[in-house]
Amino acid sequence: MKSDHQAQASSDGPIVELRGVNKHYGALHVLNDINLQVTKGEVVVILGPSGSGKSTLCRAINRLETIDDGTITIDGKVLPEEGKALAMLRADVGMVFQSFNLFAHKTIMENVTLGPIKVKGMKKSEADKVAMKLLERVGVANQAGKLPAQLSGGQQQRVAIARALAMRPKVMLFDEPTSALDPEMINEVLDTMVGLAKEGMTMLVVTHEMGFARKAADRVIFMADGQIVEQATPDEFFTNPKSARAKDFLGKLITNH
Amino acid sequence: MEGYLSLWDEYGARIMESFWANLQLTFWAFLISLVLGTLLAIMRISPIPSLRAFGTAYVNIFRNTPLTIIMAFGVLVLFGVFKLQISSDFNLNFFQIAIIGLSIYHAAFFCEAIRSGVNTVPLGQAEAARAIGLSFLPAAQLVILPQAFRGAIVPMGNVLIALIKNTTVALAGSVAEISGLMKTMIEYRADQGFLIFLTVALMFVIIVVPIGLLVTWLSKKLAVAR
Repeated sequence: MKSDHQAQASSDGPIVELRGVNKHYGALHVLNDINLQVTKGEVVVILGPSGSGKSTLCRAINRLETIDDGTITIDGKVLPEEGKALAMLRADVGMVFQSFNLFAHKTIMENVTLGPIKVKGMKKSEADKVAMKLLERVGVANQAGKLPAQLSGGQQQRVAIARALAMRPKVMLFDEPTSALDPEMINEVLDTMVGLAKEGMTMLVVTHEMGFARKAADRVIFMADGQIVEQATPDEFFTNPKSARAKDFLGKLITNH
Repeated sequence: MEGYLSLWDEYGARIMESFWANLQLTFWAFLISLVLGTLLAIMRISPIPSLRAFGTAYVNIFRNTPLTIIMAFGVLVLFGVFKLQISSDFNLNFFQIAIIGLSIYHAAFFCEAIRSGVNTVPLGQAEAARAIGLSFLPAAQLVILPQAFRGAIVPMGNVLIALIKNTTVALAGSVAEISGLMKTMIEYRADQGFLIFLTVALMFVIIVVPIGLLVTWLSKKLAVAR
């Protein structure tokens, strides 16, 4: 699998690069001069309090949110504003949502094969084979014929990961993938993500799961008020945060857990 | 009772023939307005502003124009002034103009019914479709509309039922349909006036009630589980 992911990159530059990205919601400066690079194989975890702009940042990378200025490039290509070019670039970026967003009228199998068949033009028999492998890997192969509503939240989220992987993305974005899950289902999703990280997948993860950040992140980014306040390795960030905001944030987490 | 039976002797064949015209009008206008309404709904949710504006304008114009006026316009203006000739057969021509009038009018309602169905589809479905690289049309065709139709069965059923009954307005378009025949029968058989009304009304009820039941059943059976 590792070689699969790595064969995708066409350049040696960063897979994701944001330069001077700004976005406003009215008076709220939700992304304030964001500069960020994610290199191939890197796992970047974005932490921060609610409303700090971390989800918006994640969603801006495949343009589910527009930006006011700055540039975002995916593997050297500037993110187009709309149309076919944007759709093609999105096909290279896997996205996992907080609320799973599996296609409710399609079976688990169809959810995973839709992209490969309709976007990549893969034959159905081949797409089925690829999908089955991915479903086995995330541990829900025995549910392939069911509808999303018949699965638990944790299972649905693992299918969502398989659906994104089926497109053989250059980078995977996770927008709070465990925030809508019951506590006992969080680990099955995190384990899948840790497995991906170990295989060398490039990942950008917005999460509140500090355990995942410690275990799998190469780099932690701490955001507050639309700005990147601090970047460090997980060890450094959790043991020795530099900024007052990060200290405050981590302090609150510890008292709550 | 004898009078009523003699009415059937006299008009029975024409009653069936006329009502058959209503059913045919329903069938064709349903097909055409459903297709047209779907296209309009796609326009109204599309990312292209000019298409959205066209869809909105269409709906506002035809939803707010009385059907009788659209029908009369078809016959008096399109045929009368502009000599619109779809079929060389005189009666068939009126029949087809009536289908067009019914379709144009009900397309606006189907569009809005489908759009209400689109509103039952969570935004996340469209985002997920875009995230795997589907552009607007394939996302609409493969993800949004299949769920929207399932969520719009009841309002679409209401439009269909309205359409069935609105075929009687084809009278204004010079089509030999049941309400026209009803007028004739009442004129010549005033003694049976009440029963004539009741008969025609009952014929519609017999068609519409099963459709209403079917719609309710379908809406439950096809509901998207979330």
